[in-house]
Amino acid sequence: MAFALTPEREKQAVALLERYPEKRAALLPLLWLCQRQHGYISEEIVAWVAERLELSTAEVKGVVTFYTMFFDHPVGEHVIWVCRTLACELRGAKAVQEHLEKRLGCKAGETSADGRFTLLKAECLASCGTAPMVQIDDLYYENLTAEKLDRILDEVAASGPFYDREARERFEADRRGEG
Amino acid sequence: MGFSTPSPKILTSRYHLEDSFTLPVAMKAGAYAVAREVIGKKSPESIRDEVKKGNLRGRGGAGFPAGVKWGFLNPRPGQQVYLVVNGDESEPGTFKDRTILERDPHRLVEGILISCYAIGAHKAFVYIRGELRFGQLRLEKAIEEARARGFVGPRPFGVDYPIDIVVHSGAGAYICGEETALLNSLEGRRGEPRIKPPFPAVEGAFRQPTIVNNLETIATIPGLVEMGGEAFAALGLVPGDGGTRLYGVSGHVARPGVYEAPAGLPLRELIYELGGGLLDANRQLKAVIPGGSSTPVLRPDRLVKASDPQHPLHAWDGKSEIDVPMAVDLFRALGTMLGTCCATVIDDSVNMVEVTRNLMRFYRHESCGQCTPCREGTGWLVDVLDQIAEGRGKPSDVDLLVEIANNMMGNTICAFADGTAMPLLGMVRQFEEEFRAAVAAGRPLDVRHDTTTRAAFQGGNR
Ligand SMILES: Cc1cc2nc3c(=O)[nH]c(=O)nc-3n(C[C@H](O)[C@H](O)[C@H](O)COP(=O)(O)O)c2cc1C
Ligand code: FES
Repeated sequence: MAFALTPEREKQAVALLERYPEKRAALLPLLWLCQRQHGYISEEIVAWVAERLELSTAEVKGVVTFYTMFFDHPVGEHVIWVCRTLACELRGAKAVQEHLEKRLGCKAGETSADGRFTLLKAECLASCGTAPMVQIDDLYYENLTAEKLDRILDEVAASGPFYDREARERFEADRRGEG
Repeated sequence: MGFSTPSPKILTSRYHLEDSFTLPVAMKAGAYAVAREVIGKKSPESIRDEVKKGNLRGRGGAGFPAGVKWGFLNPRPGQQVYLVVNGDESEPGTFKDRTILERDPHRLVEGILISCYAIGAHKAFVYIRGELRFGQLRLEKAIEEARARGFVGPRPFGVDYPIDIVVHSGAGAYICGEETALLNSLEGRRGEPRIKPPFPAVEGAFRQPTIVNNLETIATIPGLVEMGGEAFAALGLVPGDGGTRLYGVSGHVARPGVYEAPAGLPLRELIYELGGGLLDANRQLKAVIPGGSSTPVLRPDRLVKASDPQHPLHAWDGKSEIDVPMAVDLFRALGTMLGTCCATVIDDSVNMVEVTRNLMRFYRHESCGQCTPCREGTGWLVDVLDQIAEGRGKPSDVDLLVEIANNMMGNTICAFADGTAMPLLGMVRQFEEEFRAAVAAGRPLDVRHDTTTRAAFQGGNR
């Protein structure tokens, strides 16, 4: 089936194109919209985006593969990024990774057998002062202990995929002081 | 040792307020007062003059004076000037800009408004690394609030000077912090650096004259303009480096975090006063990476050699390297760089070959691959370090590391390769005996970095 954005996202896409002096500049934000809807950038999405922005599919693919946050293949319902860089490693990133690998039953770079979690290593996520930390979908979880990490994973597992909507809800809750 | 440095709070003055990131709270505490006072009321030149007088050194890593950079603009008739705010914040060890986005985004918006007016721009792009989704949402909300009040839009504060702000999200790539790679990424391309010249001030975003500044640099503008350039410059503890700035401290310290203090604070105070000293009091301080992973490492037990009275570091002759004030020019004279002013503190539980390996893996992962010396060099460095760490190193391997690094320096389009080679050379220079010992031992290093902290993770004691 051909790809299409939901009506709400389609509105956002139209607004995006207005923001830049050149159409092409909307490429990254448009890819983000698509990935938030679909979970990854499929071949159909590449073709759809290319047509929309009058680019070749090769150009779009070249961009997708350049950036680590764009997936060109399906991933788990939730993506966990463990920061492995120095400040985190000094504060226990290896222990975090080992804990997650044990709990999820998969290695870094893999997806759990039930398809719910993909575990990836990340480079410094600008959270060194609150290391060790992980990013799960759109949000950071910092100053981790094994117990805290387990609690967070239970919570995340109980929720559906986050993507945009949930990040926003969290954000609103935080604004109201409930976060 | 008392913490005697006076430390006025400018950037962080609203951080502690409840809901500090909302417009009503920020405005009650002074947000937008400076923008209202100057936009359309003072001349752009006079604002640029204050910034120049303020000795505001760019907060993104290179420490270039912001006022001087702004002076490079010379648009031809019909050209658009753009302001691009660099919020890529990806240099390992750096986590300061994020606090502005999350805790006082209105300070950034106000800084953008004043800066746009001062440089003749009507449109600003804020490039934020894709991972910082939460901060991005806070900023977008802040812009929305400011737009609803008319501060952002066709007539800011009733003045006929339209200003629009666009937030642009990256998608994971350290190199996009390099200003010309950032511009390519903003234009919807792979984040590959461009050859300079032309510099962005001549030909930047969408081929128009563009000023690229770090996010903290721009957020500093309201405070600087409010107090005036001279007063701002005087806040710095050493000449040439004005104002207060955000310091980060992480790694093996008791109180890691972001702290505001005057420019020119000695590393020792950052570690032992603001950072609360070492995490494990039974350990010794072994090394400090002063300003992000690209800045060469310092050793507390190494003394400054500057007996010549003409030497810029003469005042610290015979003192420890960590007693030198954290200032752009002094740190360059010390053989390192101030970088992003976010220090990574390392105690003596750690092996420096492993530290180097951790960082070089970062560079191998992040090299954009455009230039051969960088693409091949970063991979080769990791291979050699792997050999050493796994106990298969040859005595010549230490020299090989140096040779590879030297061949990367200055041979590429952007400063990424230098930013890899310099810290590598620094590590070997400062800890050569440890590299040689690892080779001589001929067995796997088999050490972990987290001896000091692993128990806390498992015991939940944090
Ligand atoms: C490899 C590389 C990565 C960089 N990353 C960043 C970054 O994440 N944030 C930043 O502000 N500047 C970064 N810079 C510096 C920018 O190129 C540019 O000098 C800076 O944004 C200018 O702002 P300033 O003058 O206000 O410091 C990086 C430079 C290089 C070579
Ligand atoms: S090293 Fe992990 S967030 Fe910086």
